[in-house]
Amino acid sequence: MYKIAKENLTALFRLIAGAQELYLPVKTADQVNFGAWSEDAEVDLDTLKSVKSPKDAFFPQSENLYTCRKDGKKISIEPEALKEQNFVIFGMKACDVRGVEVLDKVFLADPVDTFYAARRDHGTIVSMACHEPEESCFCKVFGIDCAEPAADVATWMVADQLYWKPLTEKGEALTKIVESVLEAADNADEKSVEEEKAAIRGIVEKLPYSNLSLGGWNGEVLTEKFDSALWEELYKPCLACGTCTFVCPTCQCYDIKDYDTGHGVQRYRCWDSCMYSDFTMMAHGNNRTSQMQRFRQRFMHKLVYFPANNDGMYSCVGCGRCVEKCPAALNIVKVIKAFEKQGGEKA
Amino acid sequence: MQELIKRAKELLEDGTVARVLGWKAGDLPYNPEPAYFDSTESLADFVYNGFCGANLSKYLIEASKLEGKTLVCLKPCDTYSFNQLLKEHRIDRDKAYVIGVGCKGKLDIERIRKMGIKGIEQISGAEMEDAADTLTISTIYGERSCKFADAMLERCHVCKGKEHQVYDELIGESKETKDADRFAEVARIEAMTPEEKFAFFQKELSKCIRCNACRNVCPACSCRKCVFDSNKFDSAQKANVDSFEEKMFHIIRAFHVAGRCTDCGECSRVCPQGIPLHLFNRKFIKDIDEFYGEYQAGMDVNAQSPLTDFTFGDVEPGIVGERG
Repeated sequence: MYKIAKENLTALFRLIAGAQELYLPVKTADQVNFGAWSEDAEVDLDTLKSVKSPKDAFFPQSENLYTCRKDGKKISIEPEALKEQNFVIFGMKACDVRGVEVLDKVFLADPVDTFYAARRDHGTIVSMACHEPEESCFCKVFGIDCAEPAADVATWMVADQLYWKPLTEKGEALTKIVESVLEAADNADEKSVEEEKAAIRGIVEKLPYSNLSLGGWNGEVLTEKFDSALWEELYKPCLACGTCTFVCPTCQCYDIKDYDTGHGVQRYRCWDSCMYSDFTMMAHGNNRTSQMQRFRQRFMHKLVYFPANNDGMYSCVGCGRCVEKCPAALNIVKVIKAFEKQGGEKA
Repeated sequence: MQELIKRAKELLEDGTVARVLGWKAGDLPYNPEPAYFDSTESLADFVYNGFCGANLSKYLIEASKLEGKTLVCLKPCDTYSFNQLLKEHRIDRDKAYVIGVGCKGKLDIERIRKMGIKGIEQISGAEMEDAADTLTISTIYGERSCKFADAMLERCHVCKGKEHQVYDELIGESKETKDADRFAEVARIEAMTPEEKFAFFQKELSKCIRCNACRNVCPACSCRKCVFDSNKFDSAQKANVDSFEEKMFHIIRAFHVAGRCTDCGECSRVCPQGIPLHLFNRKFIKDIDEFYGEYQAGMDVNAQSPLTDFTFGDVEPGIVGERG
């Protein structure tokens, strides 16, 4: 393990950015989101959650696939180049790292999504333990330990020191690039990191959602959950906006669209939202015709369909962004609790 | 709140209303959700407190299609939206039983978070009956407090007043919370150079994630099919390759609700990225006031909207060029 004083982080970022692209939490117009590092970017490592998850680094909200150009009778098609430069994404939390594992299941499974795979190949993830988890967090429910995040390099911010621990080959390679600004950590440092981990885990135990039960949610309960009368009640306040899906680290649905450039077509894909009226619309129309059905889709996907297709893995990581951001104060926790309450009443 | 629940029960029991539209207690101190209550038993979950900022007027578009009357709880500012929806024939007055609920300002959890308050377990002082001007917030990281006014939504600082514009009955006290000039921020932006204005809006709108929350919550956005939901244009509701689209979306929306926007502030309340969207609408309101005389949408159902009325006193379109 290595360490670097908090005040020297700019030197660390400069060194990384000199060698590769660097994305990290940046504050713009009062909001923290992952963005490219620059000398004048306002880096914010204190805000626990970026508004949007960092999934953009691997699966951008909008990306070009190819461009067609018509010149007289000649038509040319130019595919979009795959990511070729290495990049580092710094400051991802444990839940967001698990979010990328969820995306891997979708995009790296056959047929492999080459755009995504290229970004995964070239990206190095530097995660950061959650110093002060918040009341909307429930990563523990999904077996995630926010005190010890997975990644290529894991880091801990303890007082004025950042502790740096490479975990993979990519992590070792990045450590080589920045080793001139890192110091080796000694036993006392190891101890303070262990204390930090214990403190974080102690806080997690106190969080209101940490004991949320996922009992009754698995890949086997499709019909029972799908047919529940509860959805009709639960969806009612839903505004049908896409906030929950667009701040989510695991929502992976996208749409492919054509943009008329005037002299051709730009074919691009962009995040889709099951909350939207034209979600998965086909030639015959849409197979989900009401907001109740669209609302149900989101939670069924996360808690039933995804585990059914991925060895029981849920596609929620408990980051709590939807808890904080839904304009109508709906969220996956309320859905889980409502089903639990109903189950309890039945029994 | 108890009086409100009692009255709601009576009206449900005597058959005056078929359902109650209010707020249901959340599972955190700050997240009550809009909810329908069909029975007196279900009202056990009813809550009305400082975090009930959601404007319920727009839900009446759907509720107007249901059998029987819907009791709806409206705060003074929400009643402007209700009136505007009535004026546009989007809701049915006979299908609504309006209880004007008291309001002493509504709270913004984002503002509380911005004060560095996190790990929130309890918030006291947010209850409607409580006249406290300080919120006491217990958190995992210790007890914190803040002034009620500092945690209020932006719109409450420019409150339109404590009078309900429409109601069948009133329950609860209201308080005027206005402590700022409604148009101060607009005037500040007007005074900027074109480059500064562009930079300001570029910075704010670049955060937009096209979640459409502002549009979907907006009582003035009640088109059955929005142009941004159409697949016939390159304007569909999702992100585009071109960042210009985000700007176009917000500008078109501001134009479309001009003269009809009551300045209810819901767009800014719900924006996950904290974009001060109300500034666009307020710029239009300020201009309308200056060009056609002061006008408040939703104040009078029968008043002619300045943008759909013609008088010889109207300004010439050239005013835009002259004013710069």
